[in-house]
Amino acid sequence: MDRDRTDLPPENVEPGRPRVGVDEWVAQVDQRRDRPTGIAGVARRIGEVVTPPIRLAIVVVLAALVPLWLGEGDLFNYGIFVLLYILLGLGLNVVVGFAGLLDLGYVAFFGFGAYFYALLSSEHYGIHWPAIVSIPLVVLATSLLGLVLGIPSRRLLGDYLAIVTLFFGQAFVVFVNASNPKVAGKGLTGGPNGVADIDPVSFFGYEFTTRTQQYALLLAAGVVVLVGLHFLSESRTGRALRALREDPLAAEAMSIPVNRLKLLAFGIGAGIAGFTGCMFATLLTAVTPGNFDVPILITVYAVVILGGFGSLSGVILGAVVITVSFQFLAPENPQNNARVLFYTIILLAIVLAVRSWWRLLLVLAGTVGLGIAVHAIVAAFAPTWTSGQAVEAGRFGDLISDWVIIPQGHPDFGNVAYVALVVALLVLTQMRPTYRLLAIPAVAYLAAVVWETSFVEQPAVARWILFGALLVVLMNVRPQGLLGTPRVEIA
Amino acid sequence: MSNAAATEPAAPLLQLSGIDTYYGEIHILQSVDLHVKHGELVCLLGGNASGKSTTLKTILGIVSPHLGAVVYDGNDVTRTSTSERIRRGMAIVPENRRLFGPMTVLENLEMGAYLRPRGDFEEDLDRVYSIFPLLAERRGQLAGTLSGGEQQMVAMGRALMARPKLLLMDEPSMGLAPILVERSFEIIQEVHQAGVAMLVVEQNANVSLSIADRGYVLSTGRIVLEGKASELVQHDELRKAYLGR
Ligand SMILES: Nc1ncnc2c1ncn2[C@@H]1O[C@H](COP(=O)(O)OP(=O)(O)OP(=O)(O)O)[C@@H](O)[C@H]1O
Ligand SMILES: [Mg+2]
Repeated sequence: MDRDRTDLPPENVEPGRPRVGVDEWVAQVDQRRDRPTGIAGVARRIGEVVTPPIRLAIVVVLAALVPLWLGEGDLFNYGIFVLLYILLGLGLNVVVGFAGLLDLGYVAFFGFGAYFYALLSSEHYGIHWPAIVSIPLVVLATSLLGLVLGIPSRRLLGDYLAIVTLFFGQAFVVFVNASNPKVAGKGLTGGPNGVADIDPVSFFGYEFTTRTQQYALLLAAGVVVLVGLHFLSESRTGRALRALREDPLAAEAMSIPVNRLKLLAFGIGAGIAGFTGCMFATLLTAVTPGNFDVPILITVYAVVILGGFGSLSGVILGAVVITVSFQFLAPENPQNNARVLFYTIILLAIVLAVRSWWRLLLVLAGTVGLGIAVHAIVAAFAPTWTSGQAVEAGRFGDLISDWVIIPQGHPDFGNVAYVALVVALLVLTQMRPTYRLLAIPAVAYLAAVVWETSFVEQPAVARWILFGALLVVLMNVRPQGLLGTPRVEIA
Repeated sequence: MSNAAATEPAAPLLQLSGIDTYYGEIHILQSVDLHVKHGELVCLLGGNASGKSTTLKTILGIVSPHLGAVVYDGNDVTRTSTSERIRRGMAIVPENRRLFGPMTVLENLEMGAYLRPRGDFEEDLDRVYSIFPLLAERRGQLAGTLSGGEQQMVAMGRALMARPKLLLMDEPSMGLAPILVERSFEIIQEVHQAGVAMLVVEQNANVSLSIADRGYVLSTGRIVLEGKASELVQHDELRKAYLGR
């Protein structure tokens, strides 16, 4: 059982042969350690060198550079929203990721924080408390609300807790939207119109007026929360939370204070959501019920799931991917964005599915070659099937039209191709790895055909399909989320 | 609470008297009397579904009995919470081990010591590592990826981290190779010799009776036999039922 056992004389031992009575497994555990090669191996080795402080420094430096190349408008749409989603995701991650409590009322804390701040510092009631007072007060109040909502979590688990909290979340929206009770001669929450003219954030007379200043403020707040949660997750309490998530009964039998930890997680998560609510209110200068409804809940969950439950860096990555792809595909942005994202997703899917360099090259070359060949053959025998032009493709237009078959005057082709693609994808998931490698170029090409003939015509639908496809691809390749740890089942 | 045991000079560490435990409508334990003295190693035998795990759950307060009392260390703990009982020195190696799979061996051990003062952690850890040197070797491995035998060591180590006065074990030999069964009973004996009282639930009557001081046999929720381990081994019925002889 131990590697120092010397009950066999060394000369008896042929090198490389297992020895009786010595647990070779333990002795060789270092040699046997899997050393992944290819892309995964490189990523692993980079991950080993880059310790959390270095990672944080890199992210902060990159984030600090963002205002240099984004204008004020883009800084708001991309930078500030990414940071808001990061904050929201970090809070949710404490509840769902660390403690494993399925809280579907999370957005209500965000809304509560936003409305509460709006009432304390706006024209609505003419109260203008300075942010230095109202923000801590709101955070405290939201945490307390979180504790109260956490109480049912002592008894309710899983689906039941989810239903109760979902009800709470909806009750909040109904309260601010419809019930809007009259307080001091006017509707408390302003009904569907919400509360407007919220004070800009200022600390001791210093006003954060430009988007760059606000971005910097949020970034600083994000770093503080991130570092705090990092220490929480590395602490004994953090590990106890994970133990609770894995097996509440066993945790209880270890005398881990299960109920107290659940409340703690709810309180911390709600507090962070409340803080984010303050920031949201002051940056948008108005809040309405629609800001806190189910779509936001889904998006925050998508951020955390995509990043990987329990992973802090995952939340950052998830927020960046989701916010950026959302904004990128917004209707006011150029059509070609969607196309660029589409081809990026295909490329990404191939890179993630094919995990060695030379196979990747083969598959990519195969895809390009297949397209050229198909296009040439079809063009030779049935010219009308390739005479179409790529829609709004800009400088890629000719390239695409020479690679993808875009028929002219065959209106049903796009739909047929779409159905074929869905079938092909289903078949692909069921194939053995070697055959799958051969099939990938064909399916990728088919996807390009479907995009160019059918989706480009319906940008609104295409946006959602793309967004969904992105999530499906990423989650299929890494079910544990981009930076999550895979689940380990006890045998 | 006031029973014969309390008047005895050395009151037992654990005393169950007249315990009736139900799961909903189903009556499982029927007036179970059982005790474990300070530093004693007691084994609880019984066939499948005879209520052995239920007895341990009742002792630990995971289920509460309808009737009867659990007295631990001189106090009635029948209505005390599980965590309070653990704080007072009970620990359990649960059936199927129930490790925290995605956490490392070291983290699992740390969870066992959750109530211990942080200053004693290193010392407790060294003690457990000296009993299970393999755990020191594997401290960074995820518990869920260990083999069954290794997991059993973690489960025992995790329970010992709390420095229990009374260690409850639910089928420690389940799923182990014969050599590991022997090894784990050696370890049980070592722990016992260090002064920890133990109640060991087992199907493996032969080995467990060979190391135990006393034993109980449970059958459909009733204690049907009890006595010195050395006497029980000789008992005809028991031999027929468990030793196949
Ligand atoms: N939570 C529960 N709800 C209902 N019935 C239960 C519950 N837990 C156990 N039982 C029943 O109680 C009886 C005794 O179970 P127990 O787990 O104590 O058996 P055991 O003696 O430990 O058996 P084994 O050796 O198979 O582990 C069984 O018939 C079981 O089905
Ligand atoms: Mg059992």
